[in-house]
Amino acid sequence: MSVLLNENTRLIVQGIGTEGANHMRRSISYGTNVVGAIHPRRGGEEQDGVPIFSTVDSAVRETGANVSIIFVPAPFAADAILEAAAAELPVVICITEGIPVADMVRVKHALSSSESMLIGPNCPGVITPSDNARAGIMPGDIFLPGRVGVVSRSGTLVYEVVAQLTAEGIGQSTCIGVGGDPIIGTTQKQAVQLLNEDPETDAIVLVGEIGGSAEQDAALYIQEHVQKPVVAFIAGATAPPGRRMGHAGAIISGDDGKAENKKQALAAAGAVVSDSPAEIGSTMAELLESKGIR
Amino acid sequence: MKVHEYQAKEIFAKHGVAVPKGRVASTPAEARAIAEELGGKVVVKAQIHAGGRGKGRLVNEDETSSMYENLTNDPDNYSGQVVGDRVGGVRLANSVDEAEQAADAILGKFLVSIQTGTAGKLVKNVLVEEQSAVANEMYLAIIMDGVEAAPLIMASTEGGQEIEEVARRDPDAIVRIPVNPAAGYESYISRTLANRLGLSGQQAVDLGVLVQSLYDASLANDASQAEINPLVVTEDGRVIALDAKFSVDDNALFRHEEVAEMRDKDEEDPLEVLAGDLGVSNFIKLDGNIGCIVNGAGLAMATMDTIKLAGGEPANFLDIGTVNDPQRVVNAIRVISEDPSVEAILVNIFGGMARVDIIAQGVIDAEKQLGLKVPVVMRLVGTNLAEGEKLLEDAGLDVIRAEGLGEAAEKVVAAAG
Repeated sequence: MSVLLNENTRLIVQGIGTEGANHMRRSISYGTNVVGAIHPRRGGEEQDGVPIFSTVDSAVRETGANVSIIFVPAPFAADAILEAAAAELPVVICITEGIPVADMVRVKHALSSSESMLIGPNCPGVITPSDNARAGIMPGDIFLPGRVGVVSRSGTLVYEVVAQLTAEGIGQSTCIGVGGDPIIGTTQKQAVQLLNEDPETDAIVLVGEIGGSAEQDAALYIQEHVQKPVVAFIAGATAPPGRRMGHAGAIISGDDGKAENKKQALAAAGAVVSDSPAEIGSTMAELLESKGIR
Repeated sequence: MKVHEYQAKEIFAKHGVAVPKGRVASTPAEARAIAEELGGKVVVKAQIHAGGRGKGRLVNEDETSSMYENLTNDPDNYSGQVVGDRVGGVRLANSVDEAEQAADAILGKFLVSIQTGTAGKLVKNVLVEEQSAVANEMYLAIIMDGVEAAPLIMASTEGGQEIEEVARRDPDAIVRIPVNPAAGYESYISRTLANRLGLSGQQAVDLGVLVQSLYDASLANDASQAEINPLVVTEDGRVIALDAKFSVDDNALFRHEEVAEMRDKDEEDPLEVLAGDLGVSNFIKLDGNIGCIVNGAGLAMATMDTIKLAGGEPANFLDIGTVNDPQRVVNAIRVISEDPSVEAILVNIFGGMARVDIIAQGVIDAEKQLGLKVPVVMRLVGTNLAEGEKLLEDAGLDVIRAEGLGEAAEKVVAAAG
């Protein structure tokens, strides 16, 4: 089954500007079932053979779509997320970077009474290699079908980790980029929980960053519930405090935000913490061998 | 984006937050005129973004770093440092003459405080305000809180000091009230705060008006933080914002032109301003000797970490993002090369949205336009790698190549010597 995306995924794309259209084509060539695209003024047209709808509501009614990916520009992205949630899409993935925090406060509050699960924003999306299901911006060719799940705040670190895993011959079940913003839909803890409860995932890589306390929340969950092997890495050990390191969420403002505190919490929870981002793949390989999983 | 105290107070006043009477001045004569309007007894406050102004020192540009050393090593000891007219960026003046003299002593000088760093900050403006006889100092802030995903009001009876200190010493001394985003501000918040801060009668009413006004100012401007420290009760019983800090969500500046125009580039690192002007956003200057060009914030941080593990020190953080134009790479190399401490550059690109061939073309163009003055290590993976490899080969560019992240870090540290 895997999580979030699988062989039953019917994907729509909200926002088909240059990047949206580009990544829709890449998802199609990866083998993903893209059933529609949304553009408020181009309903009835086609984009690369995909029918365009003017609203998410009409796309869902006509195609039975169950996942949406959003590339809508930041000023309008909150509206796009709420439109997808109103159409009761079970999974909504928002790639857009730079959404005002106040907009995400509104969205997060509205989604608390919705069945939709939001991934992101400011994230690379989700991919389930075994089902050729790609709802994101990641280069598809680095992924290998397998049984290790990946959760990361950063996009390019998903690629880095996956390239290392694939080079070790370790395939991936589902990779989830939860996003680099201070307010995100699905937290690292929730993503770890999804993978922990997934029978097709044997082990988990958790890639965190400085700032906030989401890694500590994930660590608490891991300590109480996760028996599967977990390898963790926290980016930003060398970042100066008080500066925003690209991701709006990556700013150290309290002790919880420091890399060292996050690493300690994860190690105490039983995760194997890699100090070097270059050794995440080899650390997972050793851990799986020591557990007799490979 | 931060604004100055005087700008924050203008925004506050517009929304009904009580602030002392006063205005900003850029010359001693202006300061004198404002002091005259206010009846002579005023306070003159240097306008820089950093805190610690009152205990700061006013020096010439070539003295800032030695003064910063003195201050950080021994903040309370005046000996060995300047004394008298060069101490203090916040001054009481009891006549128009004194106001003019205070402004003259402050304007055009560099103010060095424990928060300014070694370069200090040039003071271009002073805020001239009526003096307030303080009976009681408190703390009030509203932040847009990521953890609560709501505006969070924080208040304390322990005003006039670093709130982080108060939080460490006595977390219970800080009242925290998240505001339900759907319901918005409700009167119970005012009553709760007045009760916890020990205010009653008219002062409790005035506090409520002030907090709700500050809440309005925050939401209307997409503030990430609005802070009043100290919030005071004066001896004649008024509740006013004696100091003001205000910062606005950069992502929301597009819908707040008026606030965006308050940006003061002189308060920012000059290299970061140059980077921004050249379209290289997400650049942060650091103190090491290895320049970094990376795509993605997470990978950029991880690259810095790997350099450190290999025994080096990063000179900057840079997420170059999705590059569609090789000139952005040229500009990034130009910005990094402006830093005299840089001895080698690591280009680490994992192409997803970003394309490796465009990065390669950018480095080739940089060699043509600027000449690569320090060794460049390139680690390229992902989208359009083959095309990028070919470009580099055809150009015969003298760069060091690496396959993995660890190898790249080791090579760049070795190249930097």
